[in-house]
Amino acid sequence: MWSLIKVELYKIFSRPRTYIAFGAIAALIVVIQLGLKIDGDSYASFLMKDINDTLTVDGKVLNGYLICYILLQLLLVHVPLLVALIAADMISGEANLGTLRLLFTTPYSRTRWVLAKFIAASIYTILLLIWLAFLALFVSMWIFGTDDLFLMKSNYVVLIEQNDVLWRYVGAFVFASFALLTVTSLGFLLSSLSSNSIGPIVGTMSAIVFFTILSTLNIPLFTIVKPYLFTTHMNNWKEFFDIQVNANNEAITGSILNIPKIKTSLVVLTLHIILFVSASILIIKKKDILS
Amino acid sequence: MFGVFCYYVMSVIKVQNISKHFGSLKAVDDLSFEVQAGQVFGFLGQNGSGKSTTIRMLLSLIHPTSGQIEIFGKRIEKDREAILEQVGAIIERPDLYPYLSAREHLELFAKVRKQKIGEADINATLEKVGLAHRAKDKVQTFSLGMKQRLGIGIALVHNPSLIILDEPTNGLDPQGIADIRQLIQYLAKEEGKTVLVSSHLLSEIEQVAHQILIIHQGKKMVEGVTKELLDPEKRIVQIKTTDDANALKVIAAGRFSNYLLPRGEGVYLKIPTREIPLLNESLVKADVALLGIETKNSLEDYFLQITSNA
Repeated sequence: MWSLIKVELYKIFSRPRTYIAFGAIAALIVVIQLGLKIDGDSYASFLMKDINDTLTVDGKVLNGYLICYILLQLLLVHVPLLVALIAADMISGEANLGTLRLLFTTPYSRTRWVLAKFIAASIYTILLLIWLAFLALFVSMWIFGTDDLFLMKSNYVVLIEQNDVLWRYVGAFVFASFALLTVTSLGFLLSSLSSNSIGPIVGTMSAIVFFTILSTLNIPLFTIVKPYLFTTHMNNWKEFFDIQVNANNEAITGSILNIPKIKTSLVVLTLHIILFVSASILIIKKKDILS
Repeated sequence: MFGVFCYYVMSVIKVQNISKHFGSLKAVDDLSFEVQAGQVFGFLGQNGSGKSTTIRMLLSLIHPTSGQIEIFGKRIEKDREAILEQVGAIIERPDLYPYLSAREHLELFAKVRKQKIGEADINATLEKVGLAHRAKDKVQTFSLGMKQRLGIGIALVHNPSLIILDEPTNGLDPQGIADIRQLIQYLAKEEGKTVLVSSHLLSEIEQVAHQILIIHQGKKMVEGVTKELLDPEKRIVQIKTTDDANALKVIAAGRFSNYLLPRGEGVYLKIPTREIPLLNESLVKADVALLGIETKNSLEDYFLQITSNA
């Protein structure tokens, strides 16, 4: 199995297309970091304009931790689209190229090939996320320094001490990996249905946009299906940055406000991954390879 | 018991009544044949006659609608992995990864074989298919002929005992065609490989194949030893009558039945020249309304006739 995964990884990283996503993420992050470095103070003032009269915040608000949070908010919506570029091409791209028949005449079952391809696509996704984490978190910490994380939520503010922040990012990135792997598996499923790459790539992007709209619309009809949509759960990495308070309304270090919500989301996302990959295997096993 | 043992040793491929339907289209229709060990088996038919569909079924890329395929005495649907370990194949076009080099292709496919394939094996394969001098070049810079050679290299890199080559000379220049012909002969004669090679050109097949099978519209038309099929002493004749069904019935019941060739329309026989007058006589005696007996010059004529009349 490992030899099949190595073959798939070799192919992924031999293609120039693979590096577009890494380049795009780097370019976006650098531009945002540069903008905030040059004009960060006015941005911080804008963020805090509603509470400036009632609250005085000491220290460096615009620190590496906050920059990372801002970047994740912006990018974790778009990274799935970059993931789709590779994941949705994994099977359909080979069918289009005609090389699928070369793979399927080797002495390995189609199930093994599909799993190897999914694992390789998942490794790519995780590497993309690590790249994102490195640039968004560590480079931001290096450029902007560290301090307590001050977050403005819709009707309250959260202040997390700087020594209580880093593990939350680890949790958030692990959660984000599940969210992105769900996108990978969806792209993979659509890829198994098609013999050209464009359809599954556009299909995956469209599905994400469509279900995200359903997840955010507060219409009673959609409320029934919302808990089952993967897009409803993809953004719950933010739960790692909601903290419990004690009776004096003081933040409890090391706490998370809603752990069950994170657990539920992880279960829903995992079930989606299993469902999408299993369906891909079934489709490919039954498929006549005509390309 | 001994007979059964010998049978399995000798028959590398055994195809029994396989059919493949795509909706209402019968791509392959009740096809049966056997390929013996060490043989070069020519699989001949027009483009779209069902050759590639049959080959894809042999390689389990396509699931047959009905019928049974055994390779090395094992059922393909049950022992697929064990069978494919010993099979090398190219199917139709030489589709490869444009961003990888010839060497990278061979290294990649060597990794997914259970045999130990080293650097020396890869170099030898590159030499064998005449690509040693372009080993490091990306496939996107290759001509169709070079891609075809690399496809054959991928099929050979793990030293399989059965080689299936679907239209291997497509896109090759005359020298390339001659090289492939030589390679096929070498593989069978010197290395004892069994080779199934398909083509739509009889002239390509007749020079290398021990046995020939011609299919048309998914059905078997002729099968036989190449030397016998191309024997100038035997002529292919078309019996023209007002009632072909009756003529077929009469011939099938008599001593000329062994000479009958399968054909959708018309009555064809491959018959020694000296026996043509006797055939004529027997048909007249059986009151077959004979319009004439037309002699075809060669298997090529017959092949062209059955394929062009479709």
